[in-house]
Amino acid sequence: MKFSFASLARQALSGHQGWPEQWRSPDPKPSYDAVIVGAGGHGLATAYYMAKEHGLRNVAVVEKGWLGGGNTGRNTTIVRSNYLWEASEAIYGHAHKFWPTLSQELNYNAMFSPRGVMLLAHSHHDEYAFKRHIHANRLAGIPNEWLTPEQAKEFCPILNIDPGIRYPVVGAALQRTGGTARHDVVAWGYARAASALGVDILQNCEVKAMRRDASGAVSGLETTRGAIATKKIGVVAAGNTSVVMAMAGVRLPLESFPLQALVSEPLKPVMPCVVMSNTIHAYMSQSDKGELVIGAGTDAYVSYSQTGGLHIVSSTLDAICEMFPIASRLRMMRNWGGIVDTTPDRSPIIGKTPVPGLYVNCGWGTGGFKATPGSGHLFAHQVATGEPHPIAAPFSLDRFRSGALINEATAAAVAH
Amino acid sequence: MLLIRCPYCEMERPEVEFKYGGEAHLIRPNPNAASDEEWTDFLYFRANDRGIHAERWRHAVGCGRFFNCLRDTVSDRIVVTYKTGEKRPEAG
Repeated sequence: MKFSFASLARQALSGHQGWPEQWRSPDPKPSYDAVIVGAGGHGLATAYYMAKEHGLRNVAVVEKGWLGGGNTGRNTTIVRSNYLWEASEAIYGHAHKFWPTLSQELNYNAMFSPRGVMLLAHSHHDEYAFKRHIHANRLAGIPNEWLTPEQAKEFCPILNIDPGIRYPVVGAALQRTGGTARHDVVAWGYARAASALGVDILQNCEVKAMRRDASGAVSGLETTRGAIATKKIGVVAAGNTSVVMAMAGVRLPLESFPLQALVSEPLKPVMPCVVMSNTIHAYMSQSDKGELVIGAGTDAYVSYSQTGGLHIVSSTLDAICEMFPIASRLRMMRNWGGIVDTTPDRSPIIGKTPVPGLYVNCGWGTGGFKATPGSGHLFAHQVATGEPHPIAAPFSLDRFRSGALINEATAAAVAH
Repeated sequence: MLLIRCPYCEMERPEVEFKYGGEAHLIRPNPNAASDEEWTDFLYFRANDRGIHAERWRHAVGCGRFFNCLRDTVSDRIVVTYKTGEKRPEAG
């Protein structure tokens, strides 16, 4: 059913009792042309673009929990594209182009709000690094500009620019086209649109093993809901990618860490933008419900615990209270940890694996949400055609052997 | 926050006294003989399993020494810590 004024009026007359389910919940078929493992935003977007742009409709998305129940539903919803290297600017820029029209595309309100993302500089080193970023971004056609502390405060009035604080604000880089979007809706919207095109979304369907044929190529999956035969498998399992890929004997240069975020009690509007600080590892924005959404860092060690150390959150809140003294009396309502898969160069891996028919889209680390539409679009091309899209080509697994790394670890903003 | 026993100080101390040092028991390949694949593996590929993980920690604000640790990556429970150079114990 298409959402429109007419459908809303019709449902209003019948007391809103007639809204249909937003996606089908079918039983698994014995075989599919392709199976995507992981029904987060990236996996669902992949299935949607495979159906829409490549005509592959006999596709399933298998998910061990419920769709959008992992990092897609647990992130700080920031959208930006101000990365340093050309390959990164191309891939994040590609993703950014989808956001302004995503609601129309999916007929589902993604609530994209390009309210501006401001990265704070706290030292001369920061200032030079950020200015280099700004110049690189502008050469690539990505808007980014330098603000003085006074201009930064004008853009975000609750910011503390007192030069006497421990980490004073010496300036900021502002991407005005960056902002936030509604994270759950991205998963739901892609699920609904993919399901309408014939994609089967199989929830509570955990992959237990991968089958290979005599040539070594993939031939199917064993799941908790039975065996599924397929010649193409795309793994988009975020923090659990290593675990799934090990079933096919494939190792990846990934480490999974807990990344924490937290939200405050709701307030009236106080914050018109997103503010990030990599130096002191804190970032904050205000949701449409009024909660301040705060991002912290990762724990130092590999973990699948989906929780994190309290000292990580505590040091982030120290920074938040210094940057935004208004927050010092706020109560935090809840915090959570998501398991993020990070690569050595902090850039994603999209492409082939040593196993024929098995493809992987992983390593988005601490900042995958912003890339959801573009990631799905590019990975759909990979799975459907067997070859990488030109924008995704530099992000191959082979770069760790060739040495052609895309190092955003020190180059780009640490926090996402 | 983890509570980690330093095998040199023989004391359980809070995690903030320590620095994480990544996967333990990695062996640097022979630079005169190693292939690209061996270097790739050594430089970039790390154990990332659900379950027991062998890792290095450094008692940064204590004795300053590196030691090894077996920890369950699902529960974060530390099974055992042991001195550098000692063989990896059987996982408990």
